[in-house]
Amino acid sequence: MNIPILSSLILLPTVGAFFIFFAKSNKKKYQSSKYVALFISLANFLLSLYLWFIFDNTVSEFQFVENRKWIAGFVNYKVGVDGISILFIILTTFITPLCIISVNSTIENRLKDFLVAILLMETLMIGVFCSLDLLVFYLFFEGGLIPMFLIIGIWGGERRVYSAFKFFLYTLLGSVLMLIAIISIYWITGTTDVEKLYEIGIDVKYQNLLWLAFFTSFAVKTPMWPVHTWLPDAHVEAPTAGSVLLAAILLKMAGYGFIRFSLGLFPVASEYFIPLIYLLSLVAIIYTSLVALMQDDMKKLIAYSSVAHMGFVTLGIFTMTQQGIEGSIFQMVSHGLLSAALFLSVGVIYDRMHTRLISQYGGIVSIMPKYAIVFMIFTLGAIGLPGTTGFIGEFLILMGTFKKNFLVATIASLGVILAAAYMLWLYKRVIFGKLTNDNLKKMVDLKKSEILILWSLAVPTILFGFYPEPLINTIEVSVSNLIEMYNLNVENYLVKNSQ
Amino acid sequence: MIDLNLVLPEIFISLALMFLLIVGVFKKNSSSLIYNLTTLSLFVLLALVLNLSHIEEAFIFNQSYKIDHLSNFMKILTLISAIFVMLTSSKYLKLTKIFKIEYPVLILSSILGMMVMISSNDLIVFYMGLELQSLALYVLASFNRDNLLSTESGLKYFVLSALSSGLLLYGCSLIYGFSGSTNFNEIAISISNVQYGLTFGIVFILVGLAFKISAVPFHMWAPDVYQGSPTSVTLFFAILPKIAALTVFIRFLYVPFISMIDQWQMIIIFLSIASMIFGAIAAIGQKNLKRLVAYSSISHMGYALAGLTTGTNEGIQSSIIYLSIYLVMNLALFSCIFMMRRNENYFENIDDLSGLSKNHPVLSFSMLIILFSLAGIPPLAGFFAKFYIFKAVIEQSMYFLAIVGLLSTVIAAFYYLRIIKIIYFDSEKEKYDKDHPIGLKLSLLLSTTFILIYFIYPNAINDLVSKINII
Repeated sequence: MNIPILSSLILLPTVGAFFIFFAKSNKKKYQSSKYVALFISLANFLLSLYLWFIFDNTVSEFQFVENRKWIAGFVNYKVGVDGISILFIILTTFITPLCIISVNSTIENRLKDFLVAILLMETLMIGVFCSLDLLVFYLFFEGGLIPMFLIIGIWGGERRVYSAFKFFLYTLLGSVLMLIAIISIYWITGTTDVEKLYEIGIDVKYQNLLWLAFFTSFAVKTPMWPVHTWLPDAHVEAPTAGSVLLAAILLKMAGYGFIRFSLGLFPVASEYFIPLIYLLSLVAIIYTSLVALMQDDMKKLIAYSSVAHMGFVTLGIFTMTQQGIEGSIFQMVSHGLLSAALFLSVGVIYDRMHTRLISQYGGIVSIMPKYAIVFMIFTLGAIGLPGTTGFIGEFLILMGTFKKNFLVATIASLGVILAAAYMLWLYKRVIFGKLTNDNLKKMVDLKKSEILILWSLAVPTILFGFYPEPLINTIEVSVSNLIEMYNLNVENYLVKNSQ
Repeated sequence: MIDLNLVLPEIFISLALMFLLIVGVFKKNSSSLIYNLTTLSLFVLLALVLNLSHIEEAFIFNQSYKIDHLSNFMKILTLISAIFVMLTSSKYLKLTKIFKIEYPVLILSSILGMMVMISSNDLIVFYMGLELQSLALYVLASFNRDNLLSTESGLKYFVLSALSSGLLLYGCSLIYGFSGSTNFNEIAISISNVQYGLTFGIVFILVGLAFKISAVPFHMWAPDVYQGSPTSVTLFFAILPKIAALTVFIRFLYVPFISMIDQWQMIIIFLSIASMIFGAIAAIGQKNLKRLVAYSSISHMGYALAGLTTGTNEGIQSSIIYLSIYLVMNLALFSCIFMMRRNENYFENIDDLSGLSKNHPVLSFSMLIILFSLAGIPPLAGFFAKFYIFKAVIEQSMYFLAIVGLLSTVIAAFYYLRIIKIIYFDSEKEKYDKDHPIGLKLSLLLSTTFILIYFIYPNAINDLVSKINII
């Protein structure tokens, strides 16, 4: 490959953001900057589809690798993709244009800045999933704080300042320890290149501490119980597009990080800390599901359900089985689609009624039948009904967990029931029932742009729910390679220890 | 034969200083002329220093004066910063009615003092340079003599600084007494075993130096002086004396006393940790922007010192890079403060920034970049500055220092975020004037661009700094 396709993917949105930022601003051109942003992000989406098309899913090596000198004699700018990361890249480039379309009258002031922030976010998110160097990864991972802080803080709801600060400081506190770990890895092994680190491995005696440092960062970002409290605040206060980006992609960075770094670099430590992860995941699944049941704010409910779903993801990753990890990746993609869709659905009625309180709604089905249909699809997806992507992910994860630990799997399965409870109850209270609130009668059904957004999320949800092959095929080889490497490392360690 | 070419910059600056003083005395209303001539002579000086920059190592005046990569780099840094200080502050001086002939002359003489400090290889030469720059700074701090705060800050700075100079001189005499020499090279040779007299000498000198860079616990003067002085002088305070003082730190610790690293390492670690934490916490409650900058610079000096605790060339280089990036960030921040002007009045409270982003998108975007960079968020230059420091620190397995340092960046991030919140989230106020002099715009543009794109080619500075090998 002569064209640096990954770098183009990373840079294209930034270039677009640059143009939009320096374009002259007047009221009339506001819309045109939206079209520019949309065009750029769609082009990026097509480029990523092309990448998927030419991606060879029969080899486990990193592909399209670019390696450039950066900080002399220390860090190289290195990017590449394998089966695990490519799906996240496509998810990112797919969600971003939808976010841009969804931007409407609610973001009247400073639309231009908003688009710039979203495009910069896209650059950083793609960068996270591509980077094959720890420091480059950290740069992208942390850089995302700046635009997200602004998105929540400028365009958010009433308590936006509090939420933005909480989001920023929580995440920053989590990741500074990761920075120390990254530098330590450099001094221990002499490189921060992920591929090389996979080869040479990291001395077992350092692994536990390093694992914990990475874990702190990823746990905050995932978010895992008990450091999940920033998420409901951030979600509730962020504008719709911000919530979508946050739920669909930002949370996946941590899951990706667990797979790529925690499992890949610190296999022995990962094995050691499995009980911790199981415990935290189970608490997340059960506890946040119960909390979600009690919410009267729709966005908050979905935010808590995100925590529960991410609990499944972490559980699946640390089963270290083919099914578990594949299921986790699948679940992340599925959650990316579904949480985006749910937040957009809430956004649709919020734009009309300017309230997110469930009690204000009821009986919408007679006024907005089209809306009721798509919302139903997403609700069922979030529950994990067979025929949606949610099912495949949860099923695989539970299958992997049953292999490892029967008790954990049983408790986790309870979470599925709870998910059904809170989602269906939400649906019942919002869509069905008597139309008591007179203001609701003024609501109009979905507009064309909303239909476009929601159905373009509903189609893949169902499509991949029935036919998950393309996704599973893409990740299969990489995952089995990862597990092989993992098992080899752990076995070597055990053999050494027993001698 | 003494090769006077080596001190050509210092000779030139002394002559320029006297010449400008004479012009000022005999020609009426010449303040503008002198200001411009001073800027011009700074450019000439820069050229003269660059001309010497190929020299690996050279001594002059009985080895009491040293020209090497460190001194050249620091002098260039000093001069470039001074040029930018001159470019940014002319309009401010005119509007606050302190545009007088003495101002540029005092700046020049303090720069002369700094250059002597930077090149000094002898305790007495170093002390002379220090006093020359300090005397000029006392006057500069109280330059706005009709202003109560300004005179107060000048006096306060004078009293405390004189005290610290006294301690420093006492330290010098102790070291002379116990080693038999004032020359750094000779002291290094004469140290055979740890003598407590020498340790005391080091402590006293470190106290004096810590005072100059306002490291905790010798920081008390900084907030008041930063707030009270005219803003242009505050900018000068925030940048230039730190370059010279840090150079002396490096030279003093690493040339004569490298073998006593066990004795002074703990002191520097303490100064570093205390400054990082105190600077971060104390800045939270501030309302005045200049006062906030004072606390933030205390905290930043803590990081710069952290690099010096390592006892390695890497550590020294990381400190120097930190200092360079810190200068650029402060320059950019002050350029923004100079732009907060409405109807010939300057504003310096944080609340005055409220809602700035609505009327001044470019200015507030620059502020955004600068503040995030000061907070050390990647991929801005400020992150890399901290990164190199921690890289050097962790190499020596000083994890405690690294963790404390990184945690205090999180605390510090809070107050930088608070300013961003005021700029971006709060409701707007009246517009500020937009007719800024070209020099101010240029310095803001250059410094912000540097902060923003440093990460694309970090080697530009790293390569220069990597030549500096002290040990």
